[in-house]
Amino acid sequence: MTPRALAIAGSELRILRRNRWLFMATLIMVLFALALTFAGSAPTGSLGVDMLTVSVASMTTLSVYLAPLLALMMSFDAISGDRDRGSLSLLLSYPAGRGEILLGKFLSHLAALAFAMTVGFGTAGALAAWSGGAGADSLLALGRLIATSILLGAVFLALGYGVSSISSSSTAAAGLSAAIWLIFVVLYDLGLLGAVVMDEGGFFTQSIFPWLMVANPADAFRVWNIAASETVAVTSGMTGAASALPAWAAPLSLLLWPVIGFALARLAFGRVEP
Amino acid sequence: MDNSLIIKSVNKFRGKTQVLEDIDLSVAPGERLALLGHNGAGKSTLIKSILGLTPIHGGSISINGAAPGSAAARKDTAFLPEAVSFHPALTGREQLSLFANLSGASADVPALLERVGLADALDRRIGTYSKGMRQRLGLAQVLLGRPKVALLDEPTSGLDPISRQDLYAIIDELAEQGTAVLIASHALTEVEARTDRIAILRKGVKVADNTLAELSSEAALPTRLRITARAGEIEKLAQQVGGTRVNGASVELCCSADQKMAELRRIAALGDVVVDISMTPPRLEDLYRHFAKENRQ
Repeated sequence: MTPRALAIAGSELRILRRNRWLFMATLIMVLFALALTFAGSAPTGSLGVDMLTVSVASMTTLSVYLAPLLALMMSFDAISGDRDRGSLSLLLSYPAGRGEILLGKFLSHLAALAFAMTVGFGTAGALAAWSGGAGADSLLALGRLIATSILLGAVFLALGYGVSSISSSSTAAAGLSAAIWLIFVVLYDLGLLGAVVMDEGGFFTQSIFPWLMVANPADAFRVWNIAASETVAVTSGMTGAASALPAWAAPLSLLLWPVIGFALARLAFGRVEP
Repeated sequence: MDNSLIIKSVNKFRGKTQVLEDIDLSVAPGERLALLGHNGAGKSTLIKSILGLTPIHGGSISINGAAPGSAAARKDTAFLPEAVSFHPALTGREQLSLFANLSGASADVPALLERVGLADALDRRIGTYSKGMRQRLGLAQVLLGRPKVALLDEPTSGLDPISRQDLYAIIDELAEQGTAVLIASHALTEVEARTDRIAILRKGVKVADNTLAELSSEAALPTRLRITARAGEIEKLAQQVGGTRVNGASVELCCSADQKMAELRRIAALGDVVVDISMTPPRLEDLYRHFAKENRQ
């Protein structure tokens, strides 16, 4: 971690705070997490688990959609915005390397995302535990949810930088980011679902499908959270696919993706001619 | 003294078109070089090549002995992009402090901002700045850390006349401290008095590179004389002097620099018929037109 990357991170964090992004992201997380926790609190009694477990299961589903969305909204104009303003060529004429610039932006955006996730899920989790009880298992599940949500956010921050680098303008980058979100979060799953239905429980469904699923970071996030906690799995009713894989598959995918994403972003940024 | 910036037979292609063709250019420490040319003549491309932001295809560029884009070169170079803007949410002080941190130079940020006339706007957001103020902020970062080479791309765009005077005062200061300054511009008339040497690019080719005086004699552009006759005697004057009638009372004639004194003596000998003479030597505008627009081969 270099002083130059930290200087950029400090400046970016100031921008996030000043243009209300940090506040908005946190507010969105808190509101959605609270709404889902209390709307989804009905099945507590029938399943015999505490309310925090139910809350974590609902929030896992929420985070699959929201973490990538917030991350992309922060990162899509990280490069193209500077280029549109004409300040990218100036920034690149300074001794800071492209890797340092990207790392600085990444650190600040990740910090903002981590803050929003921790406050949002933390608040909802605390309220659920207070009103409906919590155990060691469910507290662990909440911690896991927050940590994996930050990892998932990191993946899409990096993908956003890549998109921002290859786009000709911020508008184009916004469009491409929306496409990335749609593909990873919605269309990929739909495609897999279609394939499973066509396959009718054959070789594909048994052997290939689970691996294809965890190859997508959004699904790896879901599988990791569900497989790791039996009670959460019971609550979400998603045990089948997760149990077909070794336990390390989903964590490995979600830990590798930020690295792959950042390497791709660095590659794309390296080709940018401001 | 070694040159701070040395460009040797640089070629660059964009697709199949050649945007820089065999460019040789050098700037000595403390020298102010004006780089003139139309839009698309290759000025900005050349600057980006010097910064290492875009690759060149043949030739070499050396910034104080270092290759473009290398850490040493970036440390020694200051750059002012054309019509630059900064993030509107930051204040002038914050933006300049960031640049100071990135350059690794210890800098007195408030003093620098005062130097460019932004003392009052120090803690205001850049979003509230006018175009001229943003340009001044850009200039302030050029002054960071005593650069060896300063590249200014259209530094006067968006500045009012008084700010332009300030800008050139700052450029002079840079030159005095030994910075090689390259100013890309098409504000010809200002550059005239404020630079040591002038290079002109046309369609990626360097068509001129010399001092203003040398360029003038090289181009051999005529000096224009306008002679005003006493009332009613214009016919007589025109017969004696020749040249072309320009209005009811004057004739205009052109002569080369070495004939100028002979012409003046001839006209002075005419006596009372002549009431006034005005003389216009060739200006940068004319020179620029001569070098950049004509199809010289």
